[in-house]
Amino acid sequence: MTDVSDDLSHDESHDEVDGDDVEVEWQVGAGFRRTRFGRIVGQFSDEERGLLESLVGQLIDFVAPEPLDADADPLARLVGIDKDSEVPEDPALLRLLPDAYPDDPEASAEFRRFTERGLRESKLANATVVLDSLRRSGAKIVLSEAQAAAWLGSLTDLRLTLGHRLGIVEDEDHEAWYGEEEVDEATNALRFVYDWLSWVQESLVAALMPALSTDP
Amino acid sequence: MTSTAVEEIVDTSSEVLPENPWVTIVWNDPVNLMSYVTYVFMTYFGYDRGKAEKLMFDVHQEGRAVVSAGTREEMERDVAAMHSYGLWATLQKDD
Repeated sequence: MTDVSDDLSHDESHDEVDGDDVEVEWQVGAGFRRTRFGRIVGQFSDEERGLLESLVGQLIDFVAPEPLDADADPLARLVGIDKDSEVPEDPALLRLLPDAYPDDPEASAEFRRFTERGLRESKLANATVVLDSLRRSGAKIVLSEAQAAAWLGSLTDLRLTLGHRLGIVEDEDHEAWYGEEEVDEATNALRFVYDWLSWVQESLVAALMPALSTDP
Repeated sequence: MTSTAVEEIVDTSSEVLPENPWVTIVWNDPVNLMSYVTYVFMTYFGYDRGKAEKLMFDVHQEGRAVVSAGTREEMERDVAAMHSYGLWATLQKDD
């Protein structure tokens, strides 16, 4: 696991993004916060909203379930059973749709037949909520508790996928980035996006947590 | 407390608990935020913040933790829910 909660208080570290020494030049918003009257409000720049919309669009392509065959068993279709579901070959997708039984491939396959379509649909639904809130809002995004939960789900899916692409396998891998001197531009940009997503998610969890603690 | 009372308590609990409960295990991963994992344990299981944070640290430090126990069907539901939150979870029989 990883802890970036300290970064939330370091406002100056985000201002540096506008400086000359950083290759990705864009305006950084303020992330999410809980307002005095209890609303969950995010503040994002045009660049941030554009980036997120593009990433979530790619996530939808990645996780959305295949349409069921027209001749599929109507009952199976109704309850979401998918007899064709297979263990994903892409390790990033396998991380999003993991096996449920560590030492029992048969039980895992059975579990997958009954749950994978529903899991893909819930990820698709979360991503759709994020896209909707991005498209109907300007710089300021106001979320309900349910919409905030969907955002957290999609931010997690995006970070898990990017984390895999960036080779984050152990807890220490992310920390090791900072010691590297020669990093190509594309990797650098992806790492920047990953850290930015972490920061957005941390701000959203921080906005939701106090309400959970006082209303058990 | 008398020894009889202790025996009564033991008898009662052995009636209530299934003989071979299944458990849901959440595994550590290098991506998920510690705050988010705590949030998931509070939101889905209804655990208070102290218990949720302790479980989160167990996952982080030990590499995994048992987060719930019950029948196989209940644990399959919990595992599916953890997957929808993006946590890496499995179920197995507790020996």
